[in-house]
Amino acid sequence: MRVLIPSPLHDYTHTSRVEASGDTLGALLDDLDRQFPGIRFRMVDEQGQIRRHMRCFIGGVQIFSLAHVLDEADEVLFVQALSGG
Amino acid sequence: MAAAQPVLLIATRKGAWILHSDAERQQWRLDGPHFLGQIINHLVLDPRDGRTLLAAASTGHLGPTLFRSTDLGASWQEAAQPPAFAPTADGSGRSVKHTFWLEPGPASEPEVWYAGTSPQGLFRSTDGGSTWAPFSCLNDDAQYREWMGGEQDGTPDGPKLHSIQIDPRDPSHLYIAMSGGGVHESTDGGRSFAPLIDGLDVVEGFDRSSPSFHDPHCVRLCPTLPDRLYQQNHCGIYRLDRPATTWQRIGDSMPEDVGDIGFPLVLHPRNPDTLWVFPMNGDDVWPRTSPDGRPAAYRSRDGGNRWQRQDHGLPTEQAWWTVKRQAMCADTEATLGLYFGTTSGEVWASADEGDSWQCLARHLPEIYAVEIGYPSP
Repeated sequence: MRVLIPSPLHDYTHTSRVEASGDTLGALLDDLDRQFPGIRFRMVDEQGQIRRHMRCFIGGVQIFSLAHVLDEADEVLFVQALSGG
Repeated sequence: MAAAQPVLLIATRKGAWILHSDAERQQWRLDGPHFLGQIINHLVLDPRDGRTLLAAASTGHLGPTLFRSTDLGASWQEAAQPPAFAPTADGSGRSVKHTFWLEPGPASEPEVWYAGTSPQGLFRSTDGGSTWAPFSCLNDDAQYREWMGGEQDGTPDGPKLHSIQIDPRDPSHLYIAMSGGGVHESTDGGRSFAPLIDGLDVVEGFDRSSPSFHDPHCVRLCPTLPDRLYQQNHCGIYRLDRPATTWQRIGDSMPEDVGDIGFPLVLHPRNPDTLWVFPMNGDDVWPRTSPDGRPAAYRSRDGGNRWQRQDHGLPTEQAWWTVKRQAMCADTEATLGLYFGTTSGEVWASADEGDSWQCLARHLPEIYAVEIGYPSP
């Protein structure tokens, strides 16, 4: 499925849109990490929590759980919540 | 005479820079930015090989990581496994916010590095900084977790484990410090640690026997006299000569109008009686600026009994910056060079052991750390 990657992570993907697969959001992140080593830990901490300034939207709904089940037709949007100066 | 010309490694809130010197340390060339926009807490060149350069990075918006270079920053490779706490089944465990302190291991363990993190954790790499694992009992020990406290108990951008100091005679003998949480010693290769806080003051009204209330800012071990430690603490400057276990306050002899509060402490690499501090204002609301807006280093040549102000070349008024705990260092030249970076983004250097200062760079982001390095030819 199509995945939107925010600009701070383009050092890993070199593009804003990539393809990845997985039955769940966690599995999709694992696939992203296989393709782009290191990217998962920048997005998800060692306790399996999506990092504070990382937001994930699917079908216009914000998703917080890596156990969220994905459909092949989903488009997964990762965005950065920028703050500070 | 050193084998190579030194480089000054500058870690800032928004990237890293490298200052390259000529042989006389008079002309400096600024190289950078590296990692523009990323928070770089520490940038360290391995003194054992003169090639391996590690950068502790985060962005404030992404998770923390480490980068590694073997060509002085011409190219970087991300650590395959950056420092991370052990995962817990219910996801309630701690997560590393950033790596704060990088410490190369002893000469006898050429691939070993240590890292201190925020929140406080101790990590070790045995492959030159590529993969990292939790080290020792500290990260999960119930007593130590209590002493570390929570997010609200540390420095403004998170409590930190720092000042990892390794006895050059014995790699299993380590010291670490935590802000807050005190100074601790291991004599068994990190399998266990014990507090080393006797003699240290704490903020009035708190229990000095509890490590929880201790706030070491910077601890340094004398490389040529490893039984001697110096410490810049939240409550003064101290010295400890082992096997004694009680710290002696040596900051009482600082001028009364300057005081003995500060962050960094730098040791002479060959003379254990010579050290430098950079005092800051710790009055009332803790401005943490140069006292009276007049910055100065203070040098002692007798182990802290007497101090000499060194401000020639520094601003004489209205300079309100701070030098953070990792932002002052020395080189190893015959006539020692000193360096510090400021919260206002200036880099200052002295080629005569602090007697005079010149500004090497201005207008950088807030400087978190400066370290000297000697690249292999």
